[in-house]
Amino acid sequence: MTRQVRGVGARSAVAGKYLSLVVASVLTLLPLAVVLMAALKTESESANNGPLSVPHNWFNLENFQIAFTQGHMLRAFGNTAFILVFSVTGTVLIGSMTAYAIDRFRFPFRRLTISLFLLASLVPGVTTQVATFQIINSFGMFNNRWSAIALYTGTDIVSIIIFLQFMRAIPISLDEAARIDGASPLRIYRTVILPLLRPAIATVVIVKGVVVYNDFYIPFLYMPSPELGVVSTSLFYFKGPYGAHWEIICAGAVLVIIPTLVVFLFLQRFIYNGFTRGATK
Amino acid sequence: MSDRQRTGRSLLARSTPWLFLVVPLAFLVTFTYTPVLNMLFYSLTSWDGFGPDMEFVGQANYTELFTRPDLFQVFYVSLFYLASGVVQMVLALYFATVLSFNVRFRNFFKGVLFFPYLVNGVAIGFVFLYFFQPGGTLDSVLGLFGARDEHLWLGDPDLVNWSLASVSLWRYLGLNFVLFLGAIQSIPGEIYEAAELDGANRWHQVRHLILPGIRPVVSLSAILVVSGSLSAFEIPYIMTGGANGSTTFVIQTVKLAFQFNKVGLASAAAVVLLAIVLLATWIQRLLVPDEGVDLV
Repeated sequence: MTRQVRGVGARSAVAGKYLSLVVASVLTLLPLAVVLMAALKTESESANNGPLSVPHNWFNLENFQIAFTQGHMLRAFGNTAFILVFSVTGTVLIGSMTAYAIDRFRFPFRRLTISLFLLASLVPGVTTQVATFQIINSFGMFNNRWSAIALYTGTDIVSIIIFLQFMRAIPISLDEAARIDGASPLRIYRTVILPLLRPAIATVVIVKGVVVYNDFYIPFLYMPSPELGVVSTSLFYFKGPYGAHWEIICAGAVLVIIPTLVVFLFLQRFIYNGFTRGATK
Repeated sequence: MSDRQRTGRSLLARSTPWLFLVVPLAFLVTFTYTPVLNMLFYSLTSWDGFGPDMEFVGQANYTELFTRPDLFQVFYVSLFYLASGVVQMVLALYFATVLSFNVRFRNFFKGVLFFPYLVNGVAIGFVFLYFFQPGGTLDSVLGLFGARDEHLWLGDPDLVNWSLASVSLWRYLGLNFVLFLGAIQSIPGEIYEAAELDGANRWHQVRHLILPGIRPVVSLSAILVVSGSLSAFEIPYIMTGGANGSTTFVIQTVKLAFQFNKVGLASAAAVVLLAIVLLATWIQRLLVPDEGVDLV
């Protein structure tokens, strides 16, 4: 009798578990799915049918074509790629150099240097933009892609911490062996440390790449000129002229989401690991 | 080797770490410490951001900030985001616990829950503008369940902040979830087996094993929730531009500084925001002493 009762309880617990997962998945996917459907509808379908209706022709790509050309998406992807490459490379170099200096050398003011980096991590970027803007402006970098690159590269404490974690796992005896062979510190950094940091570099590239690709605030404030539009800002400005043409706006949104989806499907495992490491260590 | 050569070499050896640190430190000082100091200074002036006159006005900006109700009400808006952040943490913990044990289609559910975090903020803004339209997706879905009313989800001041905060929930749940999941999986499996032998049920395990085991991550995500709710910007700015009572602290600061050219007042606002975030971090450190990060 009791066993039977417990069986029913356990079964309903399992059912509840799956029900909650399914409900959460539907709530997550529904907003995206209706946008995808809207992007495939014709103008009259979009105007006359509700958002839950399915498109008549699932291969109607006309809206994507309009969004791609009128939204200057090619230029946007180009600008984003440019900024992405330089910011991510800069972050990797700065982070690994800082970690190398802090982990492998003992020098005066070392503790002070570490505290300076740590303290800076407590200052959220959005709070200081009013003053940062004046600095960027005084360097003549306003309305210039290098402003975004400089700000992203800035000092990313998360990447420094990731590099420090991995640096500790690299035995110092490797450095010493190289030094006995006559290698300079710069050479050790380049030929011994950097190659061994590859997993950390992958993590930083993923975490930073996601942040840079998706950021809106910095390009919006620092690069208002349309030619400098990145994916975020181009999509943002694109909405204006198409006010109520939801089928075209939705196509624009889908265009921006697709690269993320593709990368995510291919690199899933690395992406989870990247974020877990990025935040918890 | 002559003495001169020797001192030359040791000077080089001593300066080596600084060769690696000079660029990072230059960035750190230029883009973090100088802005903070400048901002403190601007906040005491009536500067407009470009003119030469920078009149010293003392605490006047701060007084204005705390006495004008329209400026102060952004803190009230933060509370919506704070509430959604708390819900988000509870849900993330629930799903992380469920999905760290054997579940069918586990990777599919993981992927679905996490994916929104990777999506571009502007795209999310448009997705939910469409979602919340009167007669749009949400109203249609509610219609399927028999609720025929249409709502101004983003136009009604009583609803707008709930709608926007729920978009934040949708967007950030995945990040918290993955952080919790990673932490739970780093707890050794034998502990659960031992607990099960001792007759502990799932709730006991959550209460006595999982929660204590992932405390540092929970406290990290608590601080992210607090500072995130104070610095909410993208979603409300893209979706409503701050209309209908949805202006957040950062939207207001950006408008003050870059539209109304009140850099002095905007800086004072930013200083207050920074002070609150630092205070929250400090309180969190007092409550949950840091065990994880040691750089020295």
